[in-house]
Amino acid sequence: MSAEIAVALAGTGAVVGEAGPADSVAGVAPACVAYPGTVEQAAGVMTAVAGLGMTVLPRGSGRTISWGPPPACCDVITDMTQMDRILEHASGDLVVRAEAGVTVGQLAKVLAEKGQRLALDAHPGATVGGVVAMGTAGPLRLRYGTSRDLLIGITVVRPDGRVAHAGGRVVKNVAGYDIGKLFAGSRGTLGLITEATFRLHPLAALTTYVTRDYADAATAAEAVLAAAASPLQASAAEISRPEPGAPVGAGIMLEGNASGVRERADRMAGLLGNGAQAALEAPGWWGQQGEASAGPVGGTLVRVTFWAAELRRVLDAIDAVAVDAGVTPAVNGSAGAGVLYISLDAGEDADQVAVFVRALRAATGHGRADDQRALARGSVVVLTAPASVQASVDMWGPVPGLALMRAVKRQFDPGGTMAPGRFAGGI
Amino acid sequence: MAAYAPDAGGAPGAARRQPPAPAQPPAPTPDGGGPRWPALDEKGLPVAGAATAALIPVMTRICGAAGVVSDPRDLRTYECDGLTSHRTAPGLVVLPDTAEQVAEVVRACAAASVPFVARGSGTGLSGGALPRSDGVLIVTSRMRQILEIDPVSRRAIVEPGVTNLSVSKAVEPYGFFYAPDPSSQVICSVGGNVAENSGGAHCLKHGFTVHHVMGLEIVTPDGDLLWLGDGTGASPGYDLIGAFTGSEGTLGIVTKIVVKLTPLPEAVTCLLAAFDSTSAGGTAVSLIIGAGIVPAAIEMMDALSIEAAEAAVHCNYPAGAGAVLVVELDGPAADVETDRTAVRQLCEQAGAREIRVADDPAERARIWAGRKSAFAAVGRISPAYIVQDGVVPRTALSEVLAKISELSASVEGVRVANVFHAGDGNLHPLVLFDDSIAGAGQAAEEVSGQILDLCIQAGGSITGEHGVGVDKSRYMTKMFGDDDLDTMQLLRCAFNPRNLCNPGKVFPTPRLCGEVPGVRRAPHPAVASGDVDLF
Repeated sequence: MSAEIAVALAGTGAVVGEAGPADSVAGVAPACVAYPGTVEQAAGVMTAVAGLGMTVLPRGSGRTISWGPPPACCDVITDMTQMDRILEHASGDLVVRAEAGVTVGQLAKVLAEKGQRLALDAHPGATVGGVVAMGTAGPLRLRYGTSRDLLIGITVVRPDGRVAHAGGRVVKNVAGYDIGKLFAGSRGTLGLITEATFRLHPLAALTTYVTRDYADAATAAEAVLAAAASPLQASAAEISRPEPGAPVGAGIMLEGNASGVRERADRMAGLLGNGAQAALEAPGWWGQQGEASAGPVGGTLVRVTFWAAELRRVLDAIDAVAVDAGVTPAVNGSAGAGVLYISLDAGEDADQVAVFVRALRAATGHGRADDQRALARGSVVVLTAPASVQASVDMWGPVPGLALMRAVKRQFDPGGTMAPGRFAGGI
Repeated sequence: MAAYAPDAGGAPGAARRQPPAPAQPPAPTPDGGGPRWPALDEKGLPVAGAATAALIPVMTRICGAAGVVSDPRDLRTYECDGLTSHRTAPGLVVLPDTAEQVAEVVRACAAASVPFVARGSGTGLSGGALPRSDGVLIVTSRMRQILEIDPVSRRAIVEPGVTNLSVSKAVEPYGFFYAPDPSSQVICSVGGNVAENSGGAHCLKHGFTVHHVMGLEIVTPDGDLLWLGDGTGASPGYDLIGAFTGSEGTLGIVTKIVVKLTPLPEAVTCLLAAFDSTSAGGTAVSLIIGAGIVPAAIEMMDALSIEAAEAAVHCNYPAGAGAVLVVELDGPAADVETDRTAVRQLCEQAGAREIRVADDPAERARIWAGRKSAFAAVGRISPAYIVQDGVVPRTALSEVLAKISELSASVEGVRVANVFHAGDGNLHPLVLFDDSIAGAGQAAEEVSGQILDLCIQAGGSITGEHGVGVDKSRYMTKMFGDDDLDTMQLLRCAFNPRNLCNPGKVFPTPRLCGEVPGVRRAPHPAVASGDVDLF
């Protein structure tokens, strides 16, 4: 760590440590790690870093810090794990306000004491700030959406050190712009999230999974989409196919009061057809391979989104291009919500993986050059991949509204301080 | 186009509570090019309307003669939206038929540095579509095609002038509905709903407009036509749909909307419970929420609003009730049945003196009649009134209602009737006054403002669904600090740097976008106090 940074950060009150090899992000080594314990300390860190013209990468649990393109530059990691207080759980209002470093597991435990929960899927070790910044979501997205849908208030430190709040602690609120939505999924490129306020949901009295394996993708697709569109109020509609051509496992999650869920589970089993079973436990593949799980270590994880009616065509396209590219993708995800995750083993050849991604973009029609006048109806994004794959494929692909996103970035972070190079279009 | 909207103050020349506002002086536009005021009067002062008059030929070319309104009498049709206390006749009105025409209109305005304001059905309650006398009003009501319905993907693509309810009607044959349902859903437009992030009685369970918008085609304030999002709800990059929705027309004009469709619930049931007081009703709400039940809607009315509704629509609510609670449950049949039994018990536990249950649509409509008529009904018991919109945490409802009651008792000639979405703490106090008494309007205005103070003190919001518009921009500083507002303005500057797009709304003071926000204008407080030394 240079003397310059050491001196600048020393006065902020934040704990500051020399960065070690474990702090490197995709091969980019930071000079130091700051651990602010308060919003004031976080603001002090940001002011000090900006004053030196250096760059910052916010970090939560660090579980997905390597996702996305590597940072163009990273002088200081701002580690938020010391800000780990649950500031307010207003159970009567179904609202919780927490510091960014609170983990999802820690939060769930406190909320469960009052029969409540944050209705999104995330790794228990993930921090709430990280979940918001990454826009993490899993199977529950079908019914509850993603972190942007549950976030009702936010506190951020801007790259210039100013602390800003948006939203509030009531669910229904249209006063001012919803800056929280802008930060949800922004991957640390606009500022440092220090606090988040969420709306909560009651824990379901009963949760049941109705599952069935299908020999062919077409029948599976039809069943899952019928389940998602039925009035039986599915909370999640997932599929899993471990390799091309393999049987497709389908699972529908039902939640609610006990008598209602039991009755719905019977009807849902009827809808899925012969061999469908209801169980209290999720199938082993549930929510694996996605944003909420650990992801394939060293491998490639691709997220494909599409209008749900295209499900069968997308599954067929994955099969077809996998054969051409010579790779073996495993598919898993929220088919009913039009989101699938494709994992490719670390052992796959990097060039073949790149060919697969490009071919999938072409086959699904989501690889066109930025034609902002046409509705894209889907995307193929590489969430994480080995450096060798990253070298030959654009991880983000075409992004609608990119010019406006650049304008937003210029306004919020004109000095390019925050996580440069990690976002869509090189933002 | 000469017809006067029925809610726009009656016939021409009728007495109005407030005269049309004079022409606004031009707002500073540091980087705005081109002449703003091409014509000057004999004193060298700008002539209001001259800049917009100069645009008539180009607008006529774009929208056709039938799509341009310039006759001063006709322009007055558009002088206000649902908030009739603010009025300004627009300089010019255009009625485009297509997104491309909207883009061309905006480009023409931008080239001439003329401000423009978008308007849907004009039902907004915060003056968000209040025109500019020196600007162009872009009315989207001719763009009312439902372009696509995809029941398997549960999506529809609609134009901005499509009315909210007509989306639900169009998709009902497929077994779906469009969930956000503002009270004005028969007439309000989906484009306006996007601008305001409209809610409705059922947003407690089903969410707001922002939760149901998956893609937006917009015209930027520069006149570019482009899509935000891709209709999936999982589009890569910043969530510009989330940022745009609820921005009250200040970031651009929406020209197509991809909406999410929700499966029609199998069963809907409605309970009406009468209580001695709003406090007892509030207890019932807490018990219901505490039991883990999420009704589609929980509405409450106090004695005064019940009296008004009774006078207007003879809704036959239980006589002598201090409060009525309307609880609607929807969902799968078995779930609804179980919840209905539970809600009934919880209302009894909270001291309900009478409970009625309605399962079929006609009975439900009878229960809702009183609630839905409430706003208009207070006209029966008061010559004039102000509709307020504030939010408190649900658990603070009783306390805030008691304070509102104290407040109204302390002001001569002002009464407050309370109608509210109790489930999410969204109050709609109706401040009643007699506008024939001098000073009564002012007193009512003050009470109305003090109610917002109570909401803020309780940790709530100055608006739950009506928006800030021109009506509440002065309250924004009570809820947000300078840095908060400055940060919101960064977003505005990214989309609308010249501030030609709906200027004067939402924010109390404009921010000049030429400044570079990354440059420190003052030392950080920690540095100033000596706690932090930078070098």
